[in-house]
Amino acid sequence: MHGEPRDGRIVIVGASLTGLRAAEKLREEGFTGSLTLVGEEPQPPYDRPPLSKQVLLGKVPAGHTGLPQRRELDAQWKLGVRATGLDPIEKRVLLADGAEVPFDRLLIATGTRARRWPHPAEGALDGVFTLRTSDEARRLAERLDAGPRRVLVIGAGFTGSEIASACRERGLAVTVAERGPAPLVGALGGTLGALAAKLQRAHGVDLRCGVTVTALEGDGRLTGAQFSDGTRIDADIAVVALGAVRNTEWLVESGLAAGPRGVTCDAGCRAFDMYGIVTDDIFAAGDVARFPHPLFEYQLLSLEHWGNAVAQAEVAAHNMVNPGPRRRPHLTVPAFWSSQFGLNIKSVGVPTFSDQVVIAQGSLKDARLVAVYGYRGRVTAAVSVNQARSLEYYQRLIETAAPFPPAPGAADQIESPDPVPSDVPDPKLLSHGPTVALTGHLPDRRLTVVQPAR
Amino acid sequence: MAADTLFQRITDYAHRADPYPLFAELREHRVARQEDGSYLVGTYHEIEALLHDPRVSSDRRNRTAPDETEAGDAGLPPAFIGLDDPEHHRLRNLAMRSFGPPHTPGRINAMHGEISRIVKDLLAGLEGKKRIDIVDDFAYPLPVTVICRLLGVPIEDEPRFRQWSDAIVTGIDPNPKEDPAERQRAAAEARKTMALYLGDLAEKRREHPSDDMLSAFAAGDDTDGRLTPLEIMATSVLLLIAGHETTVNLITNGMLTLLRHPDQLARLRSDPTLMPRAVEELLRYEPPVQMLPQRTPLADIEVAGVTIPKGAPLILMLASGNRDPERFHDPDRFDPLREDIQHLGFGSGIHSCFGAPLARLEAQIALNALLQHLDTPRLPEDPPPYRRSPVLRGPRHLLVERG
Repeated sequence: MHGEPRDGRIVIVGASLTGLRAAEKLREEGFTGSLTLVGEEPQPPYDRPPLSKQVLLGKVPAGHTGLPQRRELDAQWKLGVRATGLDPIEKRVLLADGAEVPFDRLLIATGTRARRWPHPAEGALDGVFTLRTSDEARRLAERLDAGPRRVLVIGAGFTGSEIASACRERGLAVTVAERGPAPLVGALGGTLGALAAKLQRAHGVDLRCGVTVTALEGDGRLTGAQFSDGTRIDADIAVVALGAVRNTEWLVESGLAAGPRGVTCDAGCRAFDMYGIVTDDIFAAGDVARFPHPLFEYQLLSLEHWGNAVAQAEVAAHNMVNPGPRRRPHLTVPAFWSSQFGLNIKSVGVPTFSDQVVIAQGSLKDARLVAVYGYRGRVTAAVSVNQARSLEYYQRLIETAAPFPPAPGAADQIESPDPVPSDVPDPKLLSHGPTVALTGHLPDRRLTVVQPAR
Repeated sequence: MAADTLFQRITDYAHRADPYPLFAELREHRVARQEDGSYLVGTYHEIEALLHDPRVSSDRRNRTAPDETEAGDAGLPPAFIGLDDPEHHRLRNLAMRSFGPPHTPGRINAMHGEISRIVKDLLAGLEGKKRIDIVDDFAYPLPVTVICRLLGVPIEDEPRFRQWSDAIVTGIDPNPKEDPAERQRAAAEARKTMALYLGDLAEKRREHPSDDMLSAFAAGDDTDGRLTPLEIMATSVLLLIAGHETTVNLITNGMLTLLRHPDQLARLRSDPTLMPRAVEELLRYEPPVQMLPQRTPLADIEVAGVTIPKGAPLILMLASGNRDPERFHDPDRFDPLREDIQHLGFGSGIHSCFGAPLARLEAQIALNALLQHLDTPRLPEDPPPYRRSPVLRGPRHLLVERG
């Protein structure tokens, strides 16, 4: 039975940032029905960005990053229990404790978990960690407190680099092993990767690029690691920072378009079934969702960004309680930030959706700059280093499919305005030029408009 | 007689008490070219975009037509408010080091007790007076005392630098109907005198450092470089003026607004915890800095379909953007409980107000204390007489009678 849009039973699976914000938004929009949140972790929703920063530095205890609840939710919380299945016909979520939760509408917000070390026996050694949950952060911070002789960080993406930064700030010896040519290359490409490498080394990181860890050694306790170049090191702690895995296994028999890349949904957060038919009662949002973005040629994006989790949660919640014509698309321009080695890095757009990059403001030498990314002659992303205040300008260029390279004229343009290859991995990207732009400043006024070819 | 341009009417003193109808007219144009070749922008989203546009300079020297302000200023470099990155960033960062995060994150909050004591002393001086002038008796002496303590300037010298400060503020007033040369010469002279005075104080602090900003400028650590003596002068002139010419208007505009909305005044008096949000609404509704008159595009920039040419004077009308109905619901209504309140009162972008945390704290403490102190306040004169400046707008006097 479908209830009225503002009535009935809504179940949210996933009780983290996305789940909480969606629940708040549902109530804000006048949803008066029953609301249930299911979460695998026993604690109430908490914030993750501090885990790899303040928590590892010992400045904030792991249990103290709880998210503020901004309004009364009048919700049922089922925490500490995992969802194991979804019956889309009978409209029930199956839980690990055998219970079943019926729903009229469902929001899937199960997010991601840290990718484990591929060899279970090695991964089980005492001293091998991953960092995704509050609990993982607490245990790792305790071990860093104990003063290890050396920490090995496997993977130099944002999480790995932030962990290495925290370790150096604590004065610990750190080795970072990165398969690619430099840290952050997977997300930001070669130019900023080279800057990151220089900074890590200047901060005393033993950075090893172009190598993989072939074995973690130890007998019960981690003692060291071997690398693909034949070298080895002694280490008491290894942090596996090889990215995240989307929590979709519980949906394997649900008939939804759910797999390792996430739960595919439309721009209004409605999940597709396995035949590509949109559902009208099952929604997805946050890290687990995979959605088409018009600015990036309608490629299905899945974003592990704090801001995306919030924005998409709000769109999903709005659409769950509003009739079709009032529904909104999720058209947020992706954005994220990181702090590491004294740098504040902020990104708008999708830097990997690029073929060229230009330093539009500042300089690499001063480690204070804005790098602008372009794909086939249009601006698709901008990344600032210690220089976040003009990012809004570039966001507007991205939204309006402005030509790349951007016109010169910035007051602090120092380096050569000539673009260089962006060196993002695997540029197996699609065809045709800028056709779509975003308009409007308010969520309910945002539109895509077809741009005349420039 | 030729009709006045919009900007002439905005700067005309006759409209000082209520410029908001003119701002509504400005927003209809979105971008309004004036006869003298300057451009006014008064809509929220356009102002916001220009404040974040790296092609918009704050350095008057980038204007195509030479700006007389600089000519009189021989010997003193522009303060960071009139410079672009990377020079702006270097100077602002060095100045910020002894004021805010990351080096001194607790400095402003730690002044809570001191500001409260100054407020208490000022109010104690008003005991028994039936009629007070909010400006002279309270809103002016408070920020002056605070900025003097923070910078390390003897409060006894207030009459001297008040004169200089008046001349400097008069110098920045745009008045398209009048030849600015004489005012600007006087402003330059005052700025130089004030700079020498502050440079001299800083020099004394180098020998005998104390817990103030001048000491930090003169004798602080130099891990990230340090300010030269000339930069210390330019920076401290800016901080001394900005530190007291703006907050006085925030407090006074705030009190006037509350007196005009007795129901809101009563509500805030009964719940002082609402004051931080009310101050944000005041910064939207009656911002002390009404416009940024010194921007200049470094390239031809298109704004709302109009191309503003490189080198043209560009004036951003913050107070107009704050009342833009495309951005704020029912913008002419003063609503201290407003939730959607991302105002332009402190500007935005790289030049966003350095002293914002201090201004907020002073205004919150001051207004709460005034509401508690004044029972049944009455406004004998509305509108009150205004200060001359259309840039830093606020009443010259605000008389209040109590029952």
